[in-house]
Order: sequence, then structure tokens, then C-alpha cells
Amino acid sequence: MVMGDLVNEVDVAVLGGGPGGYSAAFRCAELGLETVVVDAGKRLGGACLYEGCIPSKALLHVAAVIGEAERAKEFGLDFGEPRITLDPLRKWKAERVVGKLSRGLASVAKSKKVEVIGGRGAFEDSRSIRVGGEEPQVIRFKNAIIATGSLPSRVPGLDLVSDRIMDSTAALEVPEIPERLLVIGGGYIGLELGQVYAALGSRVTVVEMTDGLLPGADRELVQPLLRRCEKMFAAIHLKTKVTGLKEVGGAIEAAVEGQESQAFDRVLIAVGRRAVSDGLGLQTTKVKIGERGLIAVDERCRTADPHIYAVGDVTGDPMLAHRAMRQGKVAAEAIAGRPSAFDNVAIPAVVFTDPEVAWVGLMETEARGAGRQIKVAKFPWAASGRAASIGRSDGLTKLVVDAATGRVLGVGIVGPGAGELIAEASLAVETAVTAEDLALTIHAHPTLSEGLMEAAESLLHQGGAS
Amino acid sequence: MARSFALPDLGEGLVEAEIRAVLVREGDIVKEDAPLLEVETDKAQVEIPSPFGGRVEKIHVQPGQTVKVGQVLVTFADGGEGATPVRSAPAAAKPAAAAVEAKAAPRLEGAPVPAAPSTRRLARELGVDLAALHGTGPGGRITDDDVRGAVGKPAPAAAKPSPAPTGPAKPLARVGLEPPPLPSFEQWGRVERQPLSHLRRTIAERMALSAALIPHVTHFDKADITDLNAMVTRSFEAAKGRGITLTLTSFLLKAAALALAEHPQFNASLDAAAGELIVKRYCHLGIAVATDRGLIVPVIRDADKKPVMELARELATLAQRVRDGKAALDDLRGGTFTITNIGALGGTGAIPIINYPEVAILGVARGREEAVVRGGQIVPRLLLPISLTFDHRVADGADGARFAQAIIRRLEAPETLFVEW
Repeated sequence: MVMGDLVNEVDVAVLGGGPGGYSAAFRCAELGLETVVVDAGKRLGGACLYEGCIPSKALLHVAAVIGEAERAKEFGLDFGEPRITLDPLRKWKAERVVGKLSRGLASVAKSKKVEVIGGRGAFEDSRSIRVGGEEPQVIRFKNAIIATGSLPSRVPGLDLVSDRIMDSTAALEVPEIPERLLVIGGGYIGLELGQVYAALGSRVTVVEMTDGLLPGADRELVQPLLRRCEKMFAAIHLKTKVTGLKEVGGAIEAAVEGQESQAFDRVLIAVGRRAVSDGLGLQTTKVKIGERGLIAVDERCRTADPHIYAVGDVTGDPMLAHRAMRQGKVAAEAIAGRPSAFDNVAIPAVVFTDPEVAWVGLMETEARGAGRQIKVAKFPWAASGRAASIGRSDGLTKLVVDAATGRVLGVGIVGPGAGELIAEASLAVETAVTAEDLALTIHAHPTLSEGLMEAAESLLHQGGAS
Repeated sequence: MARSFALPDLGEGLVEAEIRAVLVREGDIVKEDAPLLEVETDKAQVEIPSPFGGRVEKIHVQPGQTVKVGQVLVTFADGGEGATPVRSAPAAAKPAAAAVEAKAAPRLEGAPVPAAPSTRRLARELGVDLAALHGTGPGGRITDDDVRGAVGKPAPAAAKPSPAPTGPAKPLARVGLEPPPLPSFEQWGRVERQPLSHLRRTIAERMALSAALIPHVTHFDKADITDLNAMVTRSFEAAKGRGITLTLTSFLLKAAALALAEHPQFNASLDAAAGELIVKRYCHLGIAVATDRGLIVPVIRDADKKPVMELARELATLAQRVRDGKAALDDLRGGTFTITNIGALGGTGAIPIINYPEVAILGVARGREEAVVRGGQIVPRLLLPISLTFDHRVADGADGARFAQAIIRRLEAPETLFVEW
């Protein structure tokens, strides 16, 4: 430590102000611990609020409205072609959505007396963090929580630097509506943003390296999404790689494996996210960094350093805000000496495309792969009154239960509102309810939520019981 | 295929252990059953032998680290024996679950335990290993009652004693335990937070549970051990010659074992969930031993069937094992009644807390010469203060007094301790 350093002594220093970081900090404060958050942007919300979950959902809402208006033509309702003005759209997203939530978090921090320090922090040893930037200081902590999150991954070989080549962060700014957009990566980020731009009017081409969209997701759930994407997108190339990008006369020429080079006005690279763990001075601590820069933690979110915890994307997959938030609370409670553990069974995954795809727990392929005896029930939304009444019979609810006990192991849903419907399934998986419980619970009619009850009921009849 | 070896189930509701020493190095070729690691649980220090032979590819733990049951300790390189992992940390059932998650979910059967998050939290608070429980809820779901019922039980008991003849058994009301939040002590001055050791935490949890669940009642008395003491003194050298250190405690063990046979309700456990008293037809006596790590209660099996000399011999070796941290788990479980002798440290009496789920505990303080009136004469006698603390749900004051008398009677007529068994 250098003489003259401003030294700030705290109980808990949280590195990173994203969902994991602020959840941890707020819980620490509630438990009576003096807590500071170090965030490069001196704000709470992280990638989720400023360049991820929230702005993308705002844009997807816009896309959904456009899609609904288009569909309404079937019911004899024609609004005409949409006229899209980007400035008010961007302003609405930045101020009414992101700005409002950001101010909300700042006021929560203030009321909980959690100080947010602007600057980049790096460990100097297992008990202190040096913060550079406009508020230089050394923070002496009793415990620290690393919540530095993740950044969009780059593709080796595709390192051309150009305004026309965007990652998800840049794409969410909607710099323009490109006429031709190439999306590299058919995962959830590529599809969500691909659909946004397609709805706004871009001709979208998606290139995915594996043999299907949304790699890892249940194929039956992906089917309706694939059909919709085929309608919305100009082209979908599976099992295909983009091998080179060149800037040629105001456009990007993409070398696509097995095809002629094509020109695009913009390219979105959406091939996943990588943990942010370098530059944090972790070599001065006992924290261990594993493959892909991930920090290994135990179920109490402890790293190998007894005074340092880590939560969120920096600790690995699934890199989802809701996992980070739960981990943040676990870390805080562990620091306060409470018997908390991240023992969660169910981490729901939601893809906010049209139609939405959501799942939780163990899915069919995974379960069979693990050699588990399971029963699978499906409820196609073609039989749902509610789905018919909104003109969306293309959904499916899929239920995976343990063959012996009837316990709900996993649920997958595709269709409008799947992201909301999955909540009941998460509760079912997390609290180990049985299919019978679902079948015997009254679900409001007519709603899409009946799908889960119907699927469960069909299982009971299958077994000849009840 | 590499094979991984995970921390095995240690029984007794133990869910984690601290690695004390790693006895092999990466690259070592080890034989089956060769010692791999030394771990310390809440109860004992034990050596973990290698489950199979082969080359140690990777050691995932280091001394000082706390590991959970099911967490991978060592990976062995393929020995060409085609064996499957003994017990690998399974992949968690999660969407897009990754390798990192597997470590965070040390479940044994590859699937999460069927219990609500609140129930799992309760299990952590009470130190119950959910993986060892059988849920009574629909689909095998583990309920809060299942967890509370499992506290301190070695394994899910299969056989239940025949129900009481007076009618169907009913569960007793539960005791809610939710400590209020602590104030922020920092407002009054500097404080320091010290994490509890494993053993300390276990003791804390057990004692809090026992004190909260069991209505304790204590009966005090004094035993005249003048004759017993004379006998111990007389026989001390002779016993020493046979390698036995004769102590008062071994006679206490014998006296208690004999008295328990007369009063079996004190050699029992109350099954509150079933509304039944489980009377044990065996007599394994726990004896509190103070170690520098904290209180440990090793158990002497079948104390009722062994002569005093044998009890003295076993007690000495068992206590030594415990103090050396070498006790096996079997040395520490299955007790039916506990004796705690604080005499060596002085005091005129103490009220111990019952070793849950037992029914009673005998506390003994230091014997002192006192002036006693005998046949109109004041005579010096050596009196031993005893306290019998018992579960008032199971027995009443009069029962306790009679049981205490049954112990005292034998201590005062030491020859019975040699004859009665």
C-alpha cells in the first residue's frame, strides 16, 4: 500500500454491479454488513440492464407488436405497413425502460446504504482491492464477492474491426436498420436479435455451426420456433461456418462455408459469452481460475480463497441473471454465517423469441441419456381454447416425470408466454411436486397455463390410475 | 476412462468433512485399500482407503479444505479395468448445465433430492443428510417432519417397535425454532467474527436442538462412595498389574447399565412423529470426553454384559483414541444413555443437556469428604454428587428419583457391581 492512499474499510466489497453483484450487496446490507460495490460504470444493473436482458426485451416487445399487427390481417384487421422511427424507439428504450430501472436500483442502494464506487477494481491481496479511475482508493475488506460477469465472445479468425460488425451490445443500440443482416450464431442471443431486426425490416441470414437452432434445447420445442424463423428470415444455414469477413465498398463480404461469398450491410456476432476474470489481480489471491476463465466456487459460492466469494457468469454456465441473483444472496448469507447454499434444482431458461421457448429441470434427451426411467407427456396447444382464441395454436407443453414416483423432473414449453408459464414448472421441479399434484390443481380456464395440467392428466390416465 | 472417487457417505447425518492430509501424490500408483486421504468429520479423524488400484491422475482437494459427501476427491487414470466411477459427482438436472454446476450439486444418485428448498434449508440447519432419507410425502418427497425426525438418527430406521397398546399413535406437536436476527453489535464496539469449527457447530446444533425439543428435568442426589473408593484404591495396583487403570467411571458405567435394565424407559428414544417410545433392548453407554477440539461422546457397547474390568479397559483405549482424533465412526454412534463426569475439574454439580435423541444423562461432580451423621455419630464419608437429567415427556420426577436411587444403591454397595451381571 502506498502512503496517502485513501483507505476504505468495509465488511464486504462487491466487484461488479450486475444482478449478481447488486443482489449480493443488498442482501449483505440487509444482514447488517457494511457493503460497497465497485462498478466501472458507477451504476447498478450490469450487462443485464444496460446491454442484455432488459433492452433486448424492450426491442422484442416492439418486434412482437409488429408481428401481432401483421397477424391481425387474418382477423380482418389491417393497420397498414408500420412506420418505424428509430430515435423515439431508442429514446423509449434508453429512458423509459433502462433509465427508469437504473434509477430504481440506485435508490434502493441509497436506502440500503450500499455505496457504489466508480472505477475498475483489482485485488492487491486477499484482503484488499485497489480501485483506479476517478475515485482512486484502496478498499480493505473482510470478505469480497467477485461478480464481474461476462462479455460477448469473439470468433477466432473473424477479428475484422468495423462499425458494421456488431456484438450483442452494439446491436442493442440499433444504430440503423440494415437492409441485409448476417447473424453468426443460432443460439438464443442470435435468434432474439435476429427476430428484432427482421421485424424492423432487415433481411436476416442466420448461420449456425451445429445442426440445429438453439443448440442444447429440446428439438420438439425448437420445431415451432424454426418454422417461424423460416418465415421471418431470408435464410438459415445450419452446420455451416463463416470463415472470413471483409469490408468491401460499404458492405461486409462474408465467406460462408460451402456457398458463394455474400454481401451484408451489417454482421451480428452472437456466439456466446465469456467470463471476465482477467485484470482482476486474482493472482495476488488464492482464487483459482479454471477453463474459459471461470472461477470455481463451491455451493456456498466460496472460491479457493477463504475471504473471497464469486457469483454469476464469472462462475460459469448457465450464464443467466436469475442464477446470478440467487448466488448473490447465497454468498451474502454465507458471509453472514447463515446456512445457505446454492442447491437449486431448477434454473429456468427462457428464449424470448416469437414463439417463446422455455424449459426447466431435466429434459427428455438428457434424462434418457442419463439412463433415468421417465414418462413424457405432451400437450399440443392445438387443443387449447386459449391458444385458438389468440390465433396461436403452434405451442407445445412437454412434461418429464420420474416413472416410479411421478415426480416432475422437467418441463419444456414453446409458445407465446412460455417465459411466464415456466414459473409454475420451476416451482414444481424445485419443490418436487408430482404430476398428480399438477393434474389435481385447478388451472384457470381458458388460459395457456392449462397445458401443464392437461399434460399431467394425460399421464395419470396413461398409468391407468386415478 | 478415468475413474473418480468421491467422498463416500460417512453415515450419522454427516454431510461434510475437512481434509487433514493427502497421503498420495499425482502420478502415484496406489493399491486398492491403500490410504489415500485423512479427513476429519464432525466426529472423528479417519483415513480413507483407495477404492481401487491405479494411477492417481488428479487430486482435487487440499489439506484444510472442506468437502461435501459426493464431491470428487481423486481421479484415477484408466487402469484398463473397465470399472465405472465408484461415485462420481453427477451432472445436475438443469437446462444447459455445465461442468461447473456438477461440483455445486453433490447429489449421490444423479438426481436432486425430492424436497422443497425450505426443507433443504432446514436439513442444512439441523445437519441432516437428505440423500440418506426416505421421504414420506407423495412421490417420496421429503417433508420437514421427515427431516426433524431424522436428527441424530444414524440411518432411516426400518423396523419400528410395536405400537403402544393404548390406541393409535399420533405425532406430537413440533417445536418451531427460528432465532430472531442478532442486533448489529458493531454499534457498541469492535467485534470479530470467528467461524465455528466443525465439531463446535455440531455440538451447538445438537445442544440447541436438544434444549429446545426436550423438556429437561433434573434430579439431584449424593452417593456415599466411601466403600467403593476403598475398593478402587485396594484394587488399583492389582488392576494396574494387568494393564488396567481402574477408575470410578468404569464403576459408574456398570451401575448405570444395571439400573437401566431395571428402568428401561431411560434406555430409550421418543419417536415424536410416531408418538411412540422406542425402548432399546441393548445397552450402549456414551461417555463424555473433553478433547482440545471439543466435546466428543464415544460409546461403549453392551455395557450391561461386560465386567467392570473389561469396561475399564475399553474406556481407557476408547478415550485415548478419541483424544488422538483416531476414533472410528462406529466408536461414536449408537449410544443409548450418556454419562458425563466433570469430577476431575471440580465443581459441586452440573445440569448437563441430554444427548439427543437419548432420554437421560447422568452428571457426576467431584466426590468430597463430608461430615455425615450415622447412628447419632458424625463420621467422615466420601460423597459423590450426582445429577440425573431426563426427558420429562418420557418420565416423571418419581421415575427419575427411582432410577437415580437404583444407580446410587449400586454405587453404595459396590459388591453388587461384580455380582449382578
